[in-house]
Amino acid sequence: MVERKSIGNVIPHVILWIGIAIVAFPVYLAFIGSTHDAATIANGQMPPTPGPYFFENYYRTIFVGTSMTTREPIGTMIINSFVMAIGIAVGKISISIISAYAIVYFRFPFRMWFFWVIFVTLMLPVEVRIYPTYKVAADLNLLDTYAGLILPLIASATATLLFRQFFMTVPDELVEASRIDGAGPIRFFWDTLLPLSRTNIAALFVIMFIYGWTQYLWPLLITTRDDMQTLIIGIKKMIVTSDALTEWQVVMCTVMLAMLPPVFVVIAMQRLFVRGLIESEK
Amino acid sequence: MAEVRLDAVRKVYAGNVEAVKGVTFDVPDGHFCVLVGPSGCGKSTLLRMIAGLETVTAGIITIGGQVVNEIEPSERDIAMVFQNYALYPHMNVYNNLAYGLRNRRTPKDEIDQRVREAARILEIEQLLQRRPRELSGGQRQRVAMGRAIVRKPKAFLFDEPLSNLDAKLRVSMRVEIKKLQRSLGTTSIYVTHDQLEAMTLADMLVVMNAGNVEQIGLPLEVYEKPASAFVASFIGAPPMNLMKVDAAQAAAMIEGAAIGIPAGGAILGVRPEDLALSLDGSQPNGGFKLDLTVAAVERVGPETFVYGNVLDGADIIVRLPGQDAPATGARVTAVARREKLHRFTADGSRRLDG
Repeated sequence: MVERKSIGNVIPHVILWIGIAIVAFPVYLAFIGSTHDAATIANGQMPPTPGPYFFENYYRTIFVGTSMTTREPIGTMIINSFVMAIGIAVGKISISIISAYAIVYFRFPFRMWFFWVIFVTLMLPVEVRIYPTYKVAADLNLLDTYAGLILPLIASATATLLFRQFFMTVPDELVEASRIDGAGPIRFFWDTLLPLSRTNIAALFVIMFIYGWTQYLWPLLITTRDDMQTLIIGIKKMIVTSDALTEWQVVMCTVMLAMLPPVFVVIAMQRLFVRGLIESEK
Repeated sequence: MAEVRLDAVRKVYAGNVEAVKGVTFDVPDGHFCVLVGPSGCGKSTLLRMIAGLETVTAGIITIGGQVVNEIEPSERDIAMVFQNYALYPHMNVYNNLAYGLRNRRTPKDEIDQRVREAARILEIEQLLQRRPRELSGGQRQRVAMGRAIVRKPKAFLFDEPLSNLDAKLRVSMRVEIKKLQRSLGTTSIYVTHDQLEAMTLADMLVVMNAGNVEQIGLPLEVYEKPASAFVASFIGAPPMNLMKVDAAQAAAMIEGAAIGIPAGGAILGVRPEDLALSLDGSQPNGGFKLDLTVAAVERVGPETFVYGNVLDGADIIVRLPGQDAPATGARVTAVARREKLHRFTADGSRRLDG
């Protein structure tokens, strides 16, 4: 019995470890690459162990930039990416929770029409409406601004629908009890609905932060100045150097650094995220 | 402390569904009024109109002399206890009780004092820091009550507050609600479909059916003299036996002077507990008699229910004290004193007296 149980435990563990290895190997390779000098990587014989250039490479990546080009160091890019990702996550959550609140709790003309309009935008991500969106942004002088990076990506049908579904599971009696307790619509929203949505907000924040952080096409279009570009664009521009050798150690450092914020967000929000999935506070 | 007056109150929902059809009654100050009726009779709608959670289609609702038709629920100075308690899940018990007071900008030390007093009355002092989900059903019920009494409102409104509790707890909470209401002396309106709750709690019983008030009165008055066949069958468990009879059938059942049966026939009613079985056909208490075949016998300990078939198919229930009962299939005669008979018009809408 004991043996059977241990064999039964070993097989899933082996499978899981193989899975982890498949996921972790490229990350490991990137990390190793970020600790060697350019020559070691370029000659195609990079050893599978960390090299001695860890501090030098990261210092150069963040504060100096690649040597053969005029590219900026990634310090400003990290800030840009942060502003954009947090702006998009916070913006999306604020806009969608308010829209969902309006659609679920208020009776106004064309309520369902508005709901379906929001719903239809699920089919219109920024890639589909890229030209008109760019035109609008350009006419509003939003090129090379944080507002230009953030605003066009803020509307979110997914988040609105998610909050709508959640609000519809909140018992009506809670609204009625609030009304009798003298809480108007705004107090009910702040005092009851928002605290109850905490876990939903956390889950959405994780998803939306990563969505904002990994945006590529839109920042590529809307930013032209180097000091406004985001980390993901930066990586691309570092790789494509037409008349010089790509400095892979810097690219790898950037990749490692680009990966960290989403990982931290997931770790920080995980507790709330999981709690949102397993326990209902209603 | 206030009286609640309803004057020809109607509620028509979209699609012309009339849920409440012109209801008029007064609940005097400090009285415990119970609205009872089957589901869909409009009792909850009526309560929600008094609370201000539903608009009033027509008629006037007055609380403490003030017409409240157009007034927000929070301004009506009432407190409501919901069936599922509707406690704020993210607040602890203390904040659940304090929330309504805070929204009214009550001074902090007064809130504290009132919350602790309410908690003391309901014996939930040790629970003040807990969240609702850490409480049992009965404790949640107490917190919901606490949220009502902490406000010291003009009236309490209860919407089937005990129906989510198990049977044992329901009985003990019922007693407590009654005691609490007596000691606070607050006008209360209580909605239930449980006629036992209705009978035990009410100073004033309002029986509703299909949007109309069928009868208003003291619980025992309603039991003794139901105003319609509906009330007769709704109040009392098991329900009153009702038989449709014409003058000739009535004469065959009743000895002595004929009782008045109108030309169109009438409904004759007799409560199971007023019936006795006479095995030899003699009638010890005289008056009403009916021959039955025993179809089933239910023994519940202190009493026994005998289900009998009459020849024309009607079912009659007889409630006997103790556990002695005839065997299934036996032919017996059910008898009752003639003053225990109830008569209603043939459509059941009205009681016939005299």
